Amino acid sequence: MTPRWKFLLIGGLVFIVLAGAIYFPILRRRVKRAARLQQQSEEQARRELTQPIAINPGDPRVKTKLFWASDTIDSTLVPVTVELPLSNDPVLRSKQVLNTLLAGPVDAELRTLPPDALLLAFYLLPDGTAIADFSEALATSIPSGIVSEQLAVDSITRTLEANVPQVQRLKILIHGQEVETLAGHLDLTGTFAINKKPVQIPARPVPTPSSPDKPATPAGDKTSGTLAQPERKP
Amino acid sequence: MALLAAVMVSPSPAPSQTQQPAPATPTSQATAAAPSPQGGVAGTVASPFGSQAQQGGLNLAVLDPAHGGTDPGARGTGGIRESEIVLDFAIQVRRALELQGFQVVQTRQGNENPSFDDRSATANAQRGAVFVTLHISSTGLPGTARVYVNSEIAPVADSNGLIPWDRAQAPFLGLSRTFGDLVQGFLAQRFKGSPESAQTASVRQLRTTAAPAIAVEISSVTVEDRAELDRMAPGVADAIARGAAAFRPSYVVPNSPGALP
Repeated sequence: MTPRWKFLLIGGLVFIVLAGAIYFPILRRRVKRAARLQQQSEEQARRELTQPIAINPGDPRVKTKLFWASDTIDSTLVPVTVELPLSNDPVLRSKQVLNTLLAGPVDAELRTLPPDALLLAFYLLPDGTAIADFSEALATSIPSGIVSEQLAVDSITRTLEANVPQVQRLKILIHGQEVETLAGHLDLTGTFAINKKPVQIPARPVPTPSSPDKPATPAGDKTSGTLAQPERKP
Repeated sequence: MALLAAVMVSPSPAPSQTQQPAPATPTSQATAAAPSPQGGVAGTVASPFGSQAQQGGLNLAVLDPAHGGTDPGARGTGGIRESEIVLDFAIQVRRALELQGFQVVQTRQGNENPSFDDRSATANAQRGAVFVTLHISSTGLPGTARVYVNSEIAPVADSNGLIPWDRAQAPFLGLSRTFGDLVQGFLAQRFKGSPESAQTASVRQLRTTAAPAIAVEISSVTVEDRAELDRMAPGVADAIARGAAAFRPSYVVPNSPGALP
């Protein structure tokens, strides 16, 4: 090989290396931006598809117990009673109470669930098994740890227990999938026992014009519930 | 996981718990937490992972520094990583346990991340060990420590003598509660604001572990200075070691390999 060819070869290689050094960072940025845009559009689409179940003002107003973190005792839940018009249909009713729980308390410090988490779907099987499908944010945005993950699941199960007596056990899915843990600690492979003694919801009261705002007594209205325990089918 | 036979049980009347109470209980509450015998399940374990029959009482502890590898666990704003801190804690806990006469096996020595099942397998391969998984929370009152035992698991009653791997903890729940209450009692003495007795949670790591098993979670990675957590390590190590030593008389380690509680 002549010196001229050597020079041309080395020059060509140097050019390729320089071009790569300039181009690859640009390409990497573009790929990252595209991935971010795709993620945002997926999240946006999901939000549009999963609009919270609207509260129907025609439904009877009932005292609803929602479980959020206590502001006085570390790492415990306390029931907060609010009056909501809730459907008598257990699936609709479950969606309504869970969406209210996800919306969070007035004091954001007392949240038990991430603010960007969504309830994607809720099903209730004839045997009382409920399946709640949450968005990925429930797993990815929750503070990692046994105590925080347990509080999150307990707030969901105790809220359901207090307001929807037909639900006897709960299975939690993340974005339609069964996951091993919520955020590295809490076991989500089984179901959580809720109402061991289901209570029949009273027949839908007929609203009377004279007392439109009279609160109905919510079925299963207990002052305090026991923590939900996971159960595994034999 | 529907795998059977990872832990195999054959009927045998080997009692797991003596009637005598633990000799040293840190609090009255811990004393009150008497062992509750597990009904219906007694037998021997034949583990596919090998056998290291323990002679002369409980003298083995399996220590599990949680997370590791690509999983850093909880992360604090100051760059604190749970996976690194628990590894440092494990060194001190190991020393304290060894001073109490325990042999210690760790599920990881460095920055690896064994699966939940691999960690359980390390414990399930032993005979008559206790299992402690170490965690740092990202919430909770800083400077406190909580012990967790697994939530209730449906009793195992399999006529073919096998315990499903995915509920290996079921026969040990009563022992785990006793062990957890003892450790929590010692932690409560050291760290004000900590609970007096062990909490219950469905901790994934505990479910597949066939041994008296607890999770110890320290609060928290939110501290501004990592030294605050490092200062807790000797107290945590001492509480775990003293709890394990106090638990010894509550757990009859079988003479023959493979006995379940």
